Amino acid sequence: MIPRPHGGRLINRVISGRRRERLLSEVKEMPLITVSDDIAVDLVNIARGVFSPLEGFMVQEDFLNVLYEMRLANDLPWTIPIVLDVDPAEIIDLKEGDDVVLVDTNKRPLAILYIEEIYGYKKDEFAERVFKTRDKKHPGVFRVYQMKELLMGGKIELLNEPPNPFERYTLYPAETRVLFKEMGWKTIVGFQTRNAPHLGHEYIQKTALAFADGIFINPLIGKKKPGDFKDEVILKAYEVLLSHYYPKKVAVLAILRTWMRYAGPREAIFHAIIRKNFGCTHFVVGRDHAGVGNYYRPYEAHEIFKEFPDLGITPIFFREFFYCRKCGGIVNEKTCPHGDEYRIRFSGSKIREMIKQGKKPPAYMMRPEVAEVILKWNNPFVE
Amino acid sequence: MSKDIIPNSKELKAKARRKKYTTVSIPVTLYNRIKNLIKDTGFTSVSDYVTYVLREIVAMHEAAKSEEPFTPEDVERIKRKLKALGYLD
Repeated sequence: MIPRPHGGRLINRVISGRRRERLLSEVKEMPLITVSDDIAVDLVNIARGVFSPLEGFMVQEDFLNVLYEMRLANDLPWTIPIVLDVDPAEIIDLKEGDDVVLVDTNKRPLAILYIEEIYGYKKDEFAERVFKTRDKKHPGVFRVYQMKELLMGGKIELLNEPPNPFERYTLYPAETRVLFKEMGWKTIVGFQTRNAPHLGHEYIQKTALAFADGIFINPLIGKKKPGDFKDEVILKAYEVLLSHYYPKKVAVLAILRTWMRYAGPREAIFHAIIRKNFGCTHFVVGRDHAGVGNYYRPYEAHEIFKEFPDLGITPIFFREFFYCRKCGGIVNEKTCPHGDEYRIRFSGSKIREMIKQGKKPPAYMMRPEVAEVILKWNNPFVE
Repeated sequence: MSKDIIPNSKELKAKARRKKYTTVSIPVTLYNRIKNLIKDTGFTSVSDYVTYVLREIVAMHEAAKSEEPFTPEDVERIKRKLKALGYLD
């Protein structure tokens, strides 16, 4: 059974028709705030229900509850602040109750924000609570310290979407929910990724398919750290993998446009909530889900799920898959009795290193068709 | 915008802690049963346990209240898009 959206209602804050025309003609007279590309894609996520039940940027009560309780003020699980940071100088004439137009860097209107609250926050606390560290070497923490000094909360309405280079693979929760129903799927496993697929990923997906009706492969497309695969490479690699190695009608590939926070366990919960909104019943949680460096313990992203009996989506925790030379296949600790000397781990960094050197990873690590398509890129990695 | 609207750490914590709990009465016998039950578990208090269980049950009841979020016209429009993108035949 496809679950209800988080909070019970799929949010739709997209304005259309005459009202949109009228508002577009009025925005010229309204105050403007320019937002980054990352905020622009999150505006779409709010408006299209990806972040249901959020209808805008968090007000202080929600923000503080998220920091301290990992829940919204209405008690719903929510672990990552969704906030709009502003500079005091750019909002000098604005106050609570005003409406403001959020524009992209080309001054194109994206949305109207109905300002409910302007409030201060402590960056140390933000970093400490969400990322469990204040170390600015952590990319998420670094970003917090780059944020402007105030936060502005309130509901939004979307006027225009920012340019999307991946329209072909863009689906929103209203659409995936209809799609899953049309395909007759009742159990759907959400699979989050920010990597080109190796055989370890494929085995997780196919093991999940042993009990589920379908798998929703949902690569995260957006700002990542240097050395990660480029978005277009990830998509092309999955296209090739699905066409060669998956039966039709068991997998759907569509993107999630947002940015990695690298908040480890908290982000695992956030990613699960998003996939619940897309209509998934289950969600695969990685060993070091959304982690970076050594900031989070192995399996910490699994443990956090114990705190959320009311999440409304079932996490699936797989043990790590590896290739066993004795078994002659891909197995995990639960299915293979052999020692470490026989085991070859799927190391993302090892695969990336081979690709950087123009070498094709062995077939027991990555499908040859996938490796070939990646190797066609001059530089498949984010710089 | 004046700087004094930026609260300090103590104020933030205090605000977050406000309105956090209220009191609900349960029979003492039940309280004692729960107290025994949670010994040597991860629950540090009866309140923690009751909150956990209630959240689970409330979410289950909320989920049972299903509502159709789309009109038939929405569904047809979405199906056309899904066909155009190759997701549906």
